[in-house]
Amino acid sequence: MGTRMPDSVSLLQLRNVQKAFPGVVALDDVDFTARRGEVHALMGENGAGKSTLIKVLTGACRRDGGQMLLDGKPIDPRSPMEAQRLGISTVYQEVNLVPTLSVAENIFLGRQPRNWRGIDWGQIHRRAEQALARLNLSIDVSRQLSGYSIAIQQMVAIARALDFEAKLLVLDEPTSSLDAGEVRQLFAVMRKLKGDGLGIIFVSHFLDQVYDISNRITVLRNGKLVGEYRTADLPRGQLIARMMGRELAEFEGQSHRANAGERQGAGPMLSVRGLGRVGSMQPFDLDLCQGEVVGLAGLLGSGRTETARLLFGIDQADSGEVRINSGEARLNSPRAAIRHGLAFCPEDRKTSGIIPELSVRENIVLALQARKGIFKSLPRKQQDEIAQRYIRALGISTPHAEQAIKNLSGGNQQKAILARWLASGPRLLILDEPTRGIDVGAKADIQKLTLALVEQGMAVVFISSELEEVVRVSDRVAVLRDRAIVGELGREQISEQAIMKTIAEGAPARAAEAAP
Amino acid sequence: MTDVQTPTIEPLASSPAAGRGRGRSSQWTKLLWPLLGLALLLLVDLVWVPNFFRIGVTEGRLTGTPIEIFRWSGPEVLLAVGMTLVLATGGVDLSVGAIMALSGAVTAKLAAGLQWPPWGAVLSALGASAAAGAWNGALVALLDIQPIVATLVLMVAGRGIAELISGAAHLKVSGTLFSALGGSPLGIPTEGLVGFGMFAAAAAFTRLTSTGLLIEATGGNRTASRFAGVNVRAVTFLAYAFSGLCAGLAGLLQTADLHGADASKMGLYWELDAILAAVIGGTALTGGRFSLLGAVLGAVLIVTLTTTIQTKVPVEYALVPKAVVVLVVCLLQSETFRQNALAPLRRRAA
Repeated sequence: MGTRMPDSVSLLQLRNVQKAFPGVVALDDVDFTARRGEVHALMGENGAGKSTLIKVLTGACRRDGGQMLLDGKPIDPRSPMEAQRLGISTVYQEVNLVPTLSVAENIFLGRQPRNWRGIDWGQIHRRAEQALARLNLSIDVSRQLSGYSIAIQQMVAIARALDFEAKLLVLDEPTSSLDAGEVRQLFAVMRKLKGDGLGIIFVSHFLDQVYDISNRITVLRNGKLVGEYRTADLPRGQLIARMMGRELAEFEGQSHRANAGERQGAGPMLSVRGLGRVGSMQPFDLDLCQGEVVGLAGLLGSGRTETARLLFGIDQADSGEVRINSGEARLNSPRAAIRHGLAFCPEDRKTSGIIPELSVRENIVLALQARKGIFKSLPRKQQDEIAQRYIRALGISTPHAEQAIKNLSGGNQQKAILARWLASGPRLLILDEPTRGIDVGAKADIQKLTLALVEQGMAVVFISSELEEVVRVSDRVAVLRDRAIVGELGREQISEQAIMKTIAEGAPARAAEAAP
Repeated sequence: MTDVQTPTIEPLASSPAAGRGRGRSSQWTKLLWPLLGLALLLLVDLVWVPNFFRIGVTEGRLTGTPIEIFRWSGPEVLLAVGMTLVLATGGVDLSVGAIMALSGAVTAKLAAGLQWPPWGAVLSALGASAAAGAWNGALVALLDIQPIVATLVLMVAGRGIAELISGAAHLKVSGTLFSALGGSPLGIPTEGLVGFGMFAAAAAFTRLTSTGLLIEATGGNRTASRFAGVNVRAVTFLAYAFSGLCAGLAGLLQTADLHGADASKMGLYWELDAILAAVIGGTALTGGRFSLLGAVLGAVLIVTLTTTIQTKVPVEYALVPKAVVVLVVCLLQSETFRQNALAPLRRRAA
């Protein structure tokens, strides 16, 4: 088969590209080739240089050395605008659109077609519809963008990118907020575009998706090129080993089942009866025990995050009660929840986790400091000690504790948020998608850490879109669908098939009592 | 909080040893530009304004332009310090000028109109100002009204209330307390001492207690701070209340200095200078990191500038050169501008 498909024509070539930031060499002599009609996956761990490579080729940051050729001609884009004019269009992880404008306005923002009266709305709407039709999407383009799902918004971003006569489309983590059906929809679009002769660079942490869609894989590690491979020739184990630079067994071997039997608290630490909120989550029951991981599994929008927000007091419940250690507790604000020993790592690190400008140290001590109150302070020396301890313990990769947290990679930011909570000593830790958008190594670290914390008697609620991960870490799984808990799986019942079956069919026999 | 038990964790694989922090070096570099601006301005004064730096002694008090700058800096610094903390929470306080007028009117009415003892008038004025600040804080922090709108209410109404209190008459305050506040019993102007004293107290307080961190966290990311358990409402409320108190103190000092209060003029447009001082000092209007020292430098820069201009240009035109200098400082602060402006120089050097 390999001989039947000769190398497609190379579209964009990077040769010996160098890029250094103060204190870090982000790209060290990296070669990369994107070809017409191919999906090329760019893979690597934290700090591998993926983001920098993307930024260099989209003109968001300039290379220090090396060559860049588009269709054989040297190019040197100085801004994303210029790269777009050359035919390199990018859709970033966080959708860069204006939620309050209409779909059509978003597609043409900044380059509205004009006629003698001003903006030519007829043409805008017609062309927006055409652009979306190319992606097999037929929606009302005059409606406000925020009214559509993230998946649709992503498609709109792609339509916007394609309208620039793109030759090369860069998709940076496009699937991290999409559910399985939406991913299929996106992939159908990608296949179509590929068939049209477009080159696509695909950055993702989902291995399944990479194997599903890509023709080639380029692996980077620590700013260096590890290699370029045909996807068909690179088994998964090999890929992971190359990305991590460590042996596969180390991270596949761990399983909660090894010592699951030892972990049994004396009755539930937190017990929920009929907790619910109209329009957000149907009343549900849930028991959380010390030394136990309860996974929340379900599709996007099934109510996983809503459950976490109710437990942590971000949203106010309008029915039901919560008992903590058999005493009634009113969790009506995050501060109240924290006083009861709860901690919450939110799904969206950037908007609700980190304080971007503050240092790693300040981010880590924040929860502890907040608990002490406004006027009682944590001595600086103690702050430094705490920061150092957790930077070391969690392997947070940062030049020093005073580095602004926004300069860290996603995985390290997530570890810092975890450190923030661990420093304040919670009894119940709610993790909402703790491994989303972070690399394989950091992911394994966080899973390991979760299990280590549970060993020590913490109760953990673990929310993840990746079933494999939920199965790996959970002692019990609550399955959600359409904003309700539809079933609960005990330790022996947990498997990806069982979870999917429960999502599809509802409660298995033993969870019948959980129904309202 | 001794009951906090932190779990013990085995270091995970490949933990890099993190070095000790280099400290807040980037914070300090932000101070470079206002300092440079001030230095340039003083250089101009040295060359073009005769006797600018001459300091004399009259009746045991220091006199001269630098001493006057020190005096006038007092109220500016007070406003800038309060404003900086409000900006750092992600808000803005447009009412500080009106609160100055309110404070002055209360002082004058009670001390001169109603013949209260001076200390009673002073404490009432400060109380009223703090209450005005607390009103702003309540609107913003408790009712989630946008800061610019919430403080606009008092910006307009505060001055009106001040005029109602003082009436049409110009009330004159007198007595030892007021001459001490407005004069130089210690050899240098009390106004400056109070202003810089408040700066030192606020700087020490915010950095030695956790208030600084919590203010920066609140302004840096309100949602994340709330999720981390920070009482963002209390933090925000306190910032506005403090800003009100600072403005009241500034109004009081001005009243003592001028021996009376004119509610229609006192503190007029001062909120803009205060915002400017804070921004020149490196505090972003979007909130987060703040620098009180920077704000003080900004305030002194503005006062020096105003003083300088008034020696050369009629008061009516003074705002134009002032705007020019402010623009220059802001351009110097802009990284984009520096890169673009310096690029040709660098290319020539290469």
